[in-house]
Amino acid sequence: MSLEGEHNKGCVINRFRDFRHFICPYNSDLYSFGMSGIVVDLTKNFFELFQLPVGFQVDQALLSERYRELQKSVHPDRFAGEDERQQRLAVQYAAYVNEGLETLKSPLNRSLYLLELAGRPVDLENNTVMDTIFLMEQMELREAVSEIREHQDPESELERLMAQVNQIMADYQSEFASLWQKGGEASLEQAAAVVQKMQFMVKLSAEMEQLEAELLGD
Amino acid sequence: MAYSEKVIDHYENPRNVGKLDDKSDKVGTGMVGAPACGDVMRLQIQVSDEGVIEDARFKTYGCGSAIASSSLATEWMKGKTLDQASEIKNTDIAEELALPPVKIHCSVLAEDAIKAAIDDYRTKHGES
Repeated sequence: MSLEGEHNKGCVINRFRDFRHFICPYNSDLYSFGMSGIVVDLTKNFFELFQLPVGFQVDQALLSERYRELQKSVHPDRFAGEDERQQRLAVQYAAYVNEGLETLKSPLNRSLYLLELAGRPVDLENNTVMDTIFLMEQMELREAVSEIREHQDPESELERLMAQVNQIMADYQSEFASLWQKGGEASLEQAAAVVQKMQFMVKLSAEMEQLEAELLGD
Repeated sequence: MAYSEKVIDHYENPRNVGKLDDKSDKVGTGMVGAPACGDVMRLQIQVSDEGVIEDARFKTYGCGSAIASSSLATEWMKGKTLDQASEIKNTDIAEELALPPVKIHCSVLAEDAIKAAIDDYRTKHGES
């Protein structure tokens, strides 16, 4: 069997994420790494890694604090005097910690990750949303955003739309949180549908932020 | 990533952009969205008494490939019967526009929109 085949069969990391850019810890018998008594353990999920309860609500201050601790223990600068393998591992483990932060910090990424952990990953590529009422609302928002430049007061119109989208996003987040708490097959299926809607809103927010930068730059 | 000439042509000169009266008996409306890229597509058909698609319109918020896929879809649907139009495959659209693998899902979205519009029309007429 090829190394990669062996890797995919035994590698604990592949349970959750596609980490092909890692050296396989399966082959090196090394799952954890770090200094100063704080180790990054690849067999743990991101919540365990940051010592936070698995759930939608995440204490952001605590997340940042744990991030700094973890990053300190694997930061490549601290391994500058070590051999090449140690240095390479430091880079890879630091990347893993960064990935954890990005995952737990963003409500969308966190929701996607929770569904992955629950064994219900959302298929992002082959997925068409057909919820007509949602799509009509999305279309109207898109139309409104595309017409902002022609509006008599573009900046306040943009502000109004941003507030509207933020409110919708906040509603989806609390909807997801309560479905997640409820648990069970049916709730998780509904939660997955909510996450898909979040994705449209995140995309729309990014577009509006870009437009804001352009308007301010004009 | 470079777009093919055909994609650029449809993107710069989209055919049949607009809206038909979705309350009309003659009109079928399909709305679809792709969470991965946040694209939203509305595709509408107007069907004659003989069951032929006499007009088709679309509005797409998304990347160039999504716009080109729906623009091409409206072009192809015009003049076809509902059965003929429902045979349009995403692979035909992808091939015509020379879409790269990462953009195949745009053509899938267009095919889903065609089907949704036809379904909507048939539902209005109690056919499904």
